[in-house]
Amino acid sequence: MARDIRIKTRMSGGSTEILAMVNHPMETGQRKDKKTGKKIPAHYIEKVNIELNGKLVASANLGAAVSKRPMIGVRVKGAKAGDTVKVSWNDNQKESGTQTASVK
Amino acid sequence: MNTMKRRTFLKGTLASGVIVAAAGAGLLRPAEVLAAEYPAAAFGQEGLDATMKKLFGTSEVTKSDKIKFVNPPIQAENAAVVPITVETSLKADTIAIMVTKNPGALAASLDMTSSSEGYFKTRIKMAGTSDVHAVVKSGGKLYSNDVKIKVTVGGCGG
Repeated sequence: MARDIRIKTRMSGGSTEILAMVNHPMETGQRKDKKTGKKIPAHYIEKVNIELNGKLVASANLGAAVSKRPMIGVRVKGAKAGDTVKVSWNDNQKESGTQTASVK
Repeated sequence: MNTMKRRTFLKGTLASGVIVAAAGAGLLRPAEVLAAEYPAAAFGQEGLDATMKKLFGTSEVTKSDKIKFVNPPIQAENAAVVPITVETSLKADTIAIMVTKNPGALAASLDMTSSSEGYFKTRIKMAGTSDVHAVVKSGGKLYSNDVKIKVTVGGCGG
């Protein structure tokens, strides 16, 4: 299933903020389906890796307590306009996704 | 026939050469390899001490004002989406966000590399009013700072 990844970058001074948002439900496993009364199984992103020009810069570990449509923001040194940002994620149900963007 | 065999042999040697090179590159970058591991055991732990022990191997922590929450919400408008931004001037290897009163204290952690700065922004869910801790691992030691965030569950604010 395709889940959108949005990547935003913001340069200020020598550092660049990279924001990644994944359209993912981040189910905790505690919520019940209102119609059936059954628990909705836990479904959340575990890893978000952020790469700059093919080199890993930061790796986020998420639990079910991260809000749905999770947003991860990091700051990197020495990024230039046109550099490639790659965001990849995988979740506890073996789904995964990747998206690239360029630094603006 | 002979030439064919020779070709297959060459192909095989080349392939194994690539694997050795890849393993060598991995050994040269231990930080990146470590960062690839998901600390499954640390999630779902109750309370700060147990979580820190599972995540960092120790619960010995020093309070530091070099760790800052940027514009923390004093009163969260929506307990399911509480914006948290942590900034630190420490040389951080890991920044972890923990919520004392959540069923699992660890919300998220960020493993850094030499090219990332001490900064972590995300949005978390909170079970109720609680202290939120930012724990930073720097030079093998733990430092933390905390902020109290009020949550009104099912209320209309106030």
